[in-house]
Amino acid sequence: MDIFLDYLWAFVIGGCICVVAQILIDKTKLTPARILVLYVSLGVVLTAVGLYEPLVKLAGAGATVPLTGFGYAIANGVKKAVDEKGLLGAITGGIEATAGGISAAICFGLVMSLVFSSRPKK
Amino acid sequence: MNEKEYTEYVEKRAKKSPILKNCLFAFLFGGGICTLGQGFFHLYTYLGLEETDARTLVSITLIFIASLLTGLGVFDNIAKIAGAGTLVPITGFSNAVSSQAIDTKSEGYVLGVGAKIFTIAGPVILYGTFTGVIYGVIYYIATLIWG
Repeated sequence: MDIFLDYLWAFVIGGCICVVAQILIDKTKLTPARILVLYVSLGVVLTAVGLYEPLVKLAGAGATVPLTGFGYAIANGVKKAVDEKGLLGAITGGIEATAGGISAAICFGLVMSLVFSSRPKK
Repeated sequence: MNEKEYTEYVEKRAKKSPILKNCLFAFLFGGGICTLGQGFFHLYTYLGLEETDARTLVSITLIFIASLLTGLGVFDNIAKIAGAGTLVPITGFSNAVSSQAIDTKSEGYVLGVGAKIFTIAGPVILYGTFTGVIYGVIYYIATLIWG
């Protein structure tokens, strides 16, 4: 039952975070690229003020998989690094915490460009 | 109101507010991707990874799937329906990187793929990191003052 609730919350919260972005796309002039930048920065800020952690506790991947979760990882990484290394951590923590995602995205991207060619847009 | 009138009524309403339809699909696809992520998270923690590492590996897994679907040309078709539902999860970030890489191949691997792979990823990494550094400095000062 607990497991079922985990999945339900992940679905509902993850879905809601996407709906907010959809409304922003449809109702404002924000482009998808700006939404992504907005979301990652917002994730850092919400985590910094302590509002995002409860959402992660509740929804798990529902809060960490959206790009706000990327910001959550950055903020948490920075905090941990500052605790360990002082001011140096403010510089290193963010990239360190997101290294896996960034590295995976660009390396897989390169591999895909080696394997596949672009198709004419329909 | 008979059935035909009702159908027309519904269609008129639907055309007036595609935003409702868009939001519904964004909710279903976005929620679905997060639920899939939760499934991978359970799997990885079950296999003995600690939480932070499991989350990173969930991201990498979803990035790989989205990247492959982009290469196969399937991602765009899903994204047309899902809208923000595939954009906002980490899959959107991955798609932005891979589609740029594939589309700029003809411009060469250094200034084509190498540079333009960061067209969307660059701003996300820049502003995410920058906001993080500001937070780090504020947090450092706060720990100095309040211990």
